[in-house]
Amino acid sequence: MARTLIHVPAAPRRGVPFEVRATIAHPMETGYRTDDSGRAVPRDILTHFECRLDGRRVFAAELHPAVAAHPMVAFFLRAEVGGTLSFTWEGDHGFRQTETVPLTLSP
Amino acid sequence: MRPADRPRHAPGATSAAVLVLAALAGGAGLARAQSPDLRRSGFDLMSPALQAMQRDEAQNPAQLWVQEGRALWMRPAAQGRACVECHPAGSERGMAARYPAFDASIGRPVTLAGRIDQCRQRHQSQPPQAADGAELLALAAYLAQASKGLPWSPGADPQLQPWRMQGQALWRQRMGQLNLSCAQCHDQQAGRKLGGAVIPQAHPTGYPIYRLEWQGLGSLERRLRGCVTGVRAEPFAPGADEWLALQAYLATRAAGMLLEGPAVRP
Amino acid sequence: MAGQPAMNGHRAERRSLVAGLGVGLAAAGLMLHARPLRADEPLAEDLRAAIRRWSGEGLPRTGRVHIDISPLIENGNSVPVTLKVDSPMTEADHVREIALFNERNPQRDVVRVLLGPDNGRAEVSTRIRLATSQRLVALARMGDGSLWQQQVEVVVTLAACVEGG
Repeated sequence: MARTLIHVPAAPRRGVPFEVRATIAHPMETGYRTDDSGRAVPRDILTHFECRLDGRRVFAAELHPAVAAHPMVAFFLRAEVGGTLSFTWEGDHGFRQTETVPLTLSP
Repeated sequence: MRPADRPRHAPGATSAAVLVLAALAGGAGLARAQSPDLRRSGFDLMSPALQAMQRDEAQNPAQLWVQEGRALWMRPAAQGRACVECHPAGSERGMAARYPAFDASIGRPVTLAGRIDQCRQRHQSQPPQAADGAELLALAAYLAQASKGLPWSPGADPQLQPWRMQGQALWRQRMGQLNLSCAQCHDQQAGRKLGGAVIPQAHPTGYPIYRLEWQGLGSLERRLRGCVTGVRAEPFAPGADEWLALQAYLATRAAGMLLEGPAVRP
Repeated sequence: MAGQPAMNGHRAERRSLVAGLGVGLAAAGLMLHARPLRADEPLAEDLRAAIRRWSGEGLPRTGRVHIDISPLIENGNSVPVTLKVDSPMTEADHVREIALFNERNPQRDVVRVLLGPDNGRAEVSTRIRLATSQRLVALARMGDGSLWQQQVEVVVTLAACVEGG
């Protein structure tokens, strides 16, 4: 389980876009580096990230080795109802991790 | 270390050096300013984008370690107490600001990481760990965050004095195939450009740092080791006296500057 | 993206590090703003091919897309970038996809994002790796299928003092 940091505003207003930031601890090893003995360090990156609100996909990203280590993705959401936000990362070697955060809109 | 020459003092002391000499002569932890404080953090040299990355907790990658450190602080050890049991909530603030300090029981200076390691061994039966070990980095990041904004007030024990003086001598000593001293770049040439980057004054107020070059969090000792290899000198052994001496000196040199919490640096 | 090169074994010569002491870098080497590229400067063929594969056509027209990136990049390992597209993000008028390509990394792709009216704003930020100074191309596909693009040129300053680790 990689460490994650997810920032969702505490009480965003209905219908007003708000910013979400999600970071995960992952080296995003490109496969282009060499170790001290000159051998290529094998690629190990995250390839997909998506956010769902109560199961409906509201954001998705396809990540490539050019995305920096410990990737942070920030995007906007506009919601009419609160619910449960789920954040899923997938990557090489069968990596898959989901974190959930409640979304509560201000009354 | 294989010095190429006899140690030389930097000609033309800057105001910063005057402050340091005053502090060292007095043996006090705080510099007594006779003139405007010209000391600046490397933060000031960064682009607005990197400054924002450091300032915004939602963007600062070091926060991944702070979060981990907070969890470790609260978690009881398999054999022993949780840190928070001896150090109640709120007592974390100010801890990082007091290091390096002198540890009379071992007759040496101790850094924050060194103290955390001692505590973990003594009170939690944890195995020893170097400053860049995973748990020590996370705990150091947590404590650095807790002291953010406080003036650095390293230990004032007079027994630190010979260590600070040794550190200052190492700082001024030319070393390596490039035959450079730390002072040449970071005292004399600070603020000028080198290869497109501006040379910082090198006040370690943001450690442990998330260094873009490492793509990870690291300690001051790691950074100093990188500087020494960067001038093509043989680095001192891990945990060597020289690293302690340098850290003791750098803390005095930066005394009174505000701690930044875990910083971002290129 | 490659990590730091291994230290070489040259012992006799001093690096330009020493020669550089006390001398500022010539301003010519350092751009102070990320200016949009002139339309007549051709992109490398593999980048154009990557764009063609994504767009199904040639280079889309310039506009509506913005690339916010620091004019001064101290370290190419982790470069903050924000991609924005002018759009109300309604059902009738929204951005479906934004793709970012580069010119000089080992691979052309950087990141692609899928959007919709649920986002409310077509603005995405992340941190990317840039192997060297180069051009970046951001492309947007709208809900009605129309395509837009924007380009910037960025200068990555290289570390002066290469450490061993």
